[in-house]
Amino acid sequence: MNDELRTELSRQGLVITSLEALYNWGRSNSVWPLGFGLACCAIEMIAASMARFDLARFGSEVFRPSPRQADLMIVAGTVTKKMAPQVVRLYNQMPEPKYVIAMGACAISGGPFKQGYNVLKGIDRLIPVDIYIPGCPPRPEALIHALMTLQKKMAAEKLTGPQRARHCQTATPSEYPAPQFGAHDLEPAFNPKVWQPTKVERHE
Amino acid sequence: MNKTAMYDLEQIKALTESAVHGCRLELVPNGSAANQPSLWVDNDHALAVARFLRDDPALCFDYASNVTGVDWPDVTVNETVMVKKVIAGVEQEFDVPRAIVKPGFLEAVYHLYSMRCKHGPLILRLRTENRTGQTHVPSLTPIYRGAEFQEREIYDLFGIVFDGHPDLRRLLMWEEFQDHPMRKDYRAPDDYEYEPTPHGEILEKARRHYSPEVKHG
Amino acid sequence: MVDFARQPSAGRPFPPAGPNPNERYRIVAQPSENGGLQSDLLEVSMGPQHPSTHGVFRMDLVLDGETVVKLKPVFGYLHRNHEKLAENMTYLGSMPYTDRLDYFCSMTNNWAYALAVEKLAGLQVPERAEYIRIIVGELTRLQNHACLVGFLLQDLGAMGTPLMYAFREREKILDLFEALSGSRMMCNYLRFGGCRIDFPEGWLEQAKKLVAEFPRFLDEFEALVTGNEIVLARLQGIGVLSPELAINASITGPMLRASGVDYDLRKVDRYGLYDRFAFRVPLGDHGDCYDRMMMRILEMRETLTILDAALRDLPEGPILDPKSKLRGFKPKPGEAYGRIEAPKGELGFYLISDGSANPFRYRVRPPSLINLTILEDLCLGHKVADAVVILGSVDIVLGEVDR
Repeated sequence: MNDELRTELSRQGLVITSLEALYNWGRSNSVWPLGFGLACCAIEMIAASMARFDLARFGSEVFRPSPRQADLMIVAGTVTKKMAPQVVRLYNQMPEPKYVIAMGACAISGGPFKQGYNVLKGIDRLIPVDIYIPGCPPRPEALIHALMTLQKKMAAEKLTGPQRARHCQTATPSEYPAPQFGAHDLEPAFNPKVWQPTKVERHE
Repeated sequence: MNKTAMYDLEQIKALTESAVHGCRLELVPNGSAANQPSLWVDNDHALAVARFLRDDPALCFDYASNVTGVDWPDVTVNETVMVKKVIAGVEQEFDVPRAIVKPGFLEAVYHLYSMRCKHGPLILRLRTENRTGQTHVPSLTPIYRGAEFQEREIYDLFGIVFDGHPDLRRLLMWEEFQDHPMRKDYRAPDDYEYEPTPHGEILEKARRHYSPEVKHG
Repeated sequence: MVDFARQPSAGRPFPPAGPNPNERYRIVAQPSENGGLQSDLLEVSMGPQHPSTHGVFRMDLVLDGETVVKLKPVFGYLHRNHEKLAENMTYLGSMPYTDRLDYFCSMTNNWAYALAVEKLAGLQVPERAEYIRIIVGELTRLQNHACLVGFLLQDLGAMGTPLMYAFREREKILDLFEALSGSRMMCNYLRFGGCRIDFPEGWLEQAKKLVAEFPRFLDEFEALVTGNEIVLARLQGIGVLSPELAINASITGPMLRASGVDYDLRKVDRYGLYDRFAFRVPLGDHGDCYDRMMMRILEMRETLTILDAALRDLPEGPILDPKSKLRGFKPKPGEAYGRIEAPKGELGFYLISDGSANPFRYRVRPPSLINLTILEDLCLGHKVADAVVILGSVDIVLGEVDR
């Protein structure tokens, strides 16, 4: 529809939209995060929800304690191998449509603790991540920017057609297997369907 | 920094040796500027020594501040030995290099302070026989309750088994974990990934991990 | 002296010795109380994801109804092997990692580590640097204690409002830290022998303004919190810790002083230049959760007196020991244990040097982990909701517990 016609009609009190736009608008402006902070980035997440930075004006007022009621999981902090099965289980318990923000260097790739025997080198080895926020810790403004990016991403999702969103396709899984504790490492160390190690071509 | 106000370490050693019959204490010097020498206690009398140190009204070391595990690996010392050999009928002396391996051990270090008399620290050391089979050491948890979690952590990360600990199991790693990660010869699992500019040890790790694909040339 | 070996669980024996060995978790209540009601013991895992466990901390509770019969804490969900990493890095390279131990209080973590290395290498700290350390250390204590009371009240059910008040003040202090060191939380500000950089222009005025306005916030906070009848009913008499058990269990910090033991490292060790400041050490009478909370509030008031004096008497001079080396720092072989009164308790660093640029052994003495030694003893016999409150009053930060 013509934009001028749309504006003219809205001035008359008549709003024309599509079901997809309306649905995505409602979803993206009421993203409820799971109250799930692991380490230092969690404090910046709490600070982002406090009075100065105020995440509530973006719709994320309520941090749900239970994953069954949340649609965003902000993995804030280092994911250790001992914690990794729990993170995957929490992700599995969230109902679709669900999103993951990897906040901070540790959640993206292990961060400063990368040489750790107990550190999972990035949560995207086990579950799919939508937004990555670099920083150690990222400022609360960075978290707000990430939330706004996620809102844009959600608003642009299509519900029908071959390009439709992940949660509307029956082929993509919504639950991922949680790793087991092995004798020396997690088994499996990463989920091959979610993450593949980078192919290295090094010329020396 | 408070020195052990009324006594110095020699006096404490003498007092303890006279109070606890048969214990063997050895003063371990400290080369740094901190001037904190320690006492090495033998395993059989460690519990009695700790009880004496805690209950004695003048010493009154009632607060175990810190319990640390240390891994001292085997040290190979190269030295030369004079060897006499007969060559062509003439006895000659040769310097032959020989490598002597000083066996390593695991150690638990206790920092004791006194909350009542406000002095300290007194540093106790308990050592195991070696790093491989005999890694048992008495637990001081019955005397100092605060050592409970710290001794569990030392068991988890170093492998020292504390006899007499009420609940000795892993603290930080999961139960099925087999290794003792803080030991010097522990190799972390190879979950390494792309490193843009590796050098030194990281380059070796990267080579081992990616050897089929790395093109040398 | 009593041996504080692990006491058997209060209340009914566990597992109960019944006629049928398969009925391990079934006990029969006294007929007079419940009319012969058969009840089971319930084993619940609280955490690691829980709104009130202050991070990824797990408690395995065994409950009889709502009463805690057994409690086993499980750690390690944030074990980032800081100590192993430090063996592969230089001494100064570990300084940013100490920020991430107790991530609320990065300045005091840096201070404890710098103190230990200065003891190891025999470095002296110039006077102005000591004053700067005291100023930033006490500012850290202010915001830590304020946030702790906020989190404790959130555990009680005041969903967020006291925390909002505390974070409002914390943001002002973090502004100061950001102007000084470049980062809000992970400051990495102290160096061996002094500080990294001097105060920028206007910092002192802003700090003085904050210290002048803070008592008004404290008065408001106290008026809302300490007389509140829900706080009184839910915190008084809960989790009583006797001074003998506290000393034997190596408890330190406000938790120890709430039980009446007068041991504050600022007065005992007199590190830094604390003996120039006249401040009192509050002590508690009962050792319950209410006393622990009041400790923090009273310590905030004493901190303000220290800050007033330090900001007023700040001397001029260098901020780094001229003998300290930023590159090529190789202390002589030996060992040292340095400790400070961090907001959570006694934070100590034990370093063994073998003469090279990397430490041979680097150990953090975590106050939060050791203060949790008697968590089970405190919670036995109380309800689950009280267990949450007791955990909140211990003031743990998982970065320090697990390192």
